[in-house]
Amino acid sequence: MKLIRYSIVIILLLNFNTSFAQQDNLQTKITKNLRCLICQGQSVYDSDSEFANSLKFLINQKIDDGLNENQIYDYLKDKFGEWILYDPNFSKNTYFLWLLPILIFIIGGAIILKLFILKKN
Amino acid sequence: MKSKIFPLFLLIFFLIIFFIFFKSLQNSNIYVPKSNIDKDIPNFNVKKAGKNNIINSDEIFKNDKFYLMNIWSSWCIPCRDEHPFLMILSRNKNIEIIGLNYKDNSENAKIFLKEMGNPYNIILLDNEGTISIEWGAYGVPETFLIYNKKIIKKIVGPIDEKVLLEIEELI
Amino acid sequence: MASLIGSYSLNLGFCISFLIIFYSVKNFRNSNIFDNKIALLTFLQFFFVIISFLGLILSFVNSDFSNETVFNHSHTTKPLFYKISGTWGNHEGSLLLWLLVLTLFIAIFLLSSKKQTKKYRILTLMFQQIIIIGFFIFIIKTSNPFNYIFPIPNQGLGLNPILQDPALAIHPPILYLGYVGSSIIFSSTLAATTLNDISIDWAKHIKQWVLISWIFLTLGILLGSIWAYYELGWGGFWFWDPVENVSLMPWLALTTLLHCILVLEKKLVLTSWVIVLSISTFTLSMCGTFLVRSGILNSVHTFANDPERGLYILIFLFCLIFLSFFIFFYFHKIENKSINNFFWLSKETSILINNWFMMYFLTVVLIGTIYPIFLEVISSEKISVGPPFYHKLIVPFLIPFLLAMAIGPKLRWIKSNLQNKLYLILYLIISFLLSALIIKSLGISFLLNTVLVSSAFYLFLITIRDFFTKKFKNLSQNIAHFGFSLLILSILFNNFLSTEIITNLKIGETYESEKFKISFENIDKKNEKNFQALIGKFNIENKNGDNESLQPELRIYNQPNIVTSEADIKTNLFTDKFMTMNLVQNQDYFNIRYQIKPLMIWIWFSVLLISFGGLLSFIRKYEK
Repeated sequence: MKLIRYSIVIILLLNFNTSFAQQDNLQTKITKNLRCLICQGQSVYDSDSEFANSLKFLINQKIDDGLNENQIYDYLKDKFGEWILYDPNFSKNTYFLWLLPILIFIIGGAIILKLFILKKN
Repeated sequence: MKSKIFPLFLLIFFLIIFFIFFKSLQNSNIYVPKSNIDKDIPNFNVKKAGKNNIINSDEIFKNDKFYLMNIWSSWCIPCRDEHPFLMILSRNKNIEIIGLNYKDNSENAKIFLKEMGNPYNIILLDNEGTISIEWGAYGVPETFLIYNKKIIKKIVGPIDEKVLLEIEELI
Repeated sequence: MASLIGSYSLNLGFCISFLIIFYSVKNFRNSNIFDNKIALLTFLQFFFVIISFLGLILSFVNSDFSNETVFNHSHTTKPLFYKISGTWGNHEGSLLLWLLVLTLFIAIFLLSSKKQTKKYRILTLMFQQIIIIGFFIFIIKTSNPFNYIFPIPNQGLGLNPILQDPALAIHPPILYLGYVGSSIIFSSTLAATTLNDISIDWAKHIKQWVLISWIFLTLGILLGSIWAYYELGWGGFWFWDPVENVSLMPWLALTTLLHCILVLEKKLVLTSWVIVLSISTFTLSMCGTFLVRSGILNSVHTFANDPERGLYILIFLFCLIFLSFFIFFYFHKIENKSINNFFWLSKETSILINNWFMMYFLTVVLIGTIYPIFLEVISSEKISVGPPFYHKLIVPFLIPFLLAMAIGPKLRWIKSNLQNKLYLILYLIISFLLSALIIKSLGISFLLNTVLVSSAFYLFLITIRDFFTKKFKNLSQNIAHFGFSLLILSILFNNFLSTEIITNLKIGETYESEKFKISFENIDKKNEKNFQALIGKFNIENKNGDNESLQPELRIYNQPNIVTSEADIKTNLFTDKFMTMNLVQNQDYFNIRYQIKPLMIWIWFSVLLISFGGLLSFIRKYEK
């Protein structure tokens, strides 16, 4: 019984992935990480504003020119400031942003361990 | 003793949070990039309106002279508001006004200039919007005041009377 | 007229608050039995708020433009349905809705808590009244929905077209039921803390309220997500936008609380933690309201905002925080620590692990949302925190979380052992092999993906097994956990298998790629009451020769004059085909975006399943 169930799941999942292959596109990846300056809640990828369309075009050009992802980010950061990146770099401005959650996770684990598990009366 | 320090610490912590939220209420939530003042102008290749050959920006901007680079388009409504001020400025011989026609249709652009007058010494074409991005612009209209190949002033949005006076003061 | 009545009853409702407080204090001190006058006044207050709300709805229906709110958000040509939903589609009206739900819930609370002690009921009522008074003042002072304008305009300004949508019409009420439900949890926890009455009975009683708010909050978030999917027109369903995060935070806190109360129900431990969670759930809801209404954050979902309102909510929010602080530290007696000893392999420990991870996710979302605000105040640098940040910090932690979610419910209270648990390892191996196979055939050779998919599969398989072996024992928990595994799996495969084409097409042109042929056949025009539509007719032929016709729309709304793009979505069991068309400035071509999004319907379904799990638990409790 179980075997049949699993094989159905496998067949289902394998079936429809033959029709779509992975579209690995650097431009998509970059534009998803850029924030649009016109409609400030959207990514450049999602936005259809003139600015976003131009930026998509420009990024294609830059990729053709042989710039890599980080070079394109640096270029845009220079033009529009760090704000344009959705994925903030690890820098002195963002130490807390990246480390605080991890720190709280570790402290939380330590508290649980100390208060509830390791304590022996 | 220990039990009193913790609440006190929390209290202070929340007061700080309150203060920060309070401060941030006064800030605007709309992001405007810091103006890249005193930066070298970007180097780019561009087409002039009505011509087919591509020229380099070095041929346009000379040292020791004031330029006003204005990004405009016939479909942009605020551009119509600022146009009269550009017309006034175009009478000033100290400054050369360069128009960067942003994603425009050449017919509409011609009609626009016929209706409103042509303040531009040179009109450059930016059909893909990429040159504007090189300049760090993200909308129309935007205007840059240039001297010695450096940006000395940047105006986001239409020029008005106040801005006009500031420009005239500078040159 | 309706507007006037609404205004008067709003003020009357406000006055009743003081009467309630007065009688409550008197009753609390002097008598042993609950004074029915107080209950009566509470219902009367609820009645007045209803009248006031109906007054506002009526003003919207009648397009009474002497009312400022109606003038700003309505228009005579709007269909009746959106006139009504426009009532809560704006700041003032939505606050009135908040107030309505606040008074409704306290009335229900009084009806359903007759078994509880008098003091507890009165105290809860008083704390709730503090919140209600805060909202009354907020509404009357800064955002009165009944402001009068003279001379009376002939026409209103209209409702933002993206809000003219059925999902968004019911999204706010559902979401508020969730938010406001947490206010009852807040008041009741404060009352129980003050009386030092946190007991197993109290836990059973409050669990119902936790479940109610949790169900509504889940559904509210789901509706918002569905709306964003088809209305904002770019095919995503969660953007980690501040406004979305703000609704996710109370949800995370509530989910944690829900699990925590499971422990409290069994034995009286973790009481301080439950109190802190109850307080923070409501505080986070309020904090969300503050962040959204004050306009501190900018987001795709904008509200008309005004710093004065922001300041008011901020002060109110911190008053509540300090009040609960005071009560917590002054009245709460820390529990006897000796019973706090959990065996490492027990259900209690697994719930602690759940709490640990949930709190971590909450911290990530909270810090990600407010960090830019803090940074700007402190260093005046502006940064953005977007999807990549959340993905990087949340996704890896999902793996142990999912595993714990599968194993946790298998453990016994107090002490569990590893006998008869061999199948757990067997399933782990099966799910790992299964996912390795799938990931390999997809051609994304990335270790993280395999591990992630296998942990999701693990939960999936284990919960499926439980449907067969455990039958109806713990069914609600099992359904919810199964739903969660389905959700994660759908999201993952949706991510892996989405395809997209963005191109510019003129009428009559055809775009061809290896996989599809998209032909732009023609454009139709249609006139509706409140908008004009351009309907593009597209034919998509895939390489198997299957044809599909899609008709995205551009809508030019007349009031206010805004162009929106309506996606056309063809949904079936496995994939959504999603197409939007956009105007390009000054060009004769359109920007076309065609997406194939697999398993969308399963994402929605799994969230429904999760909330159904909650509902089942609620009903079972109720029957008992």
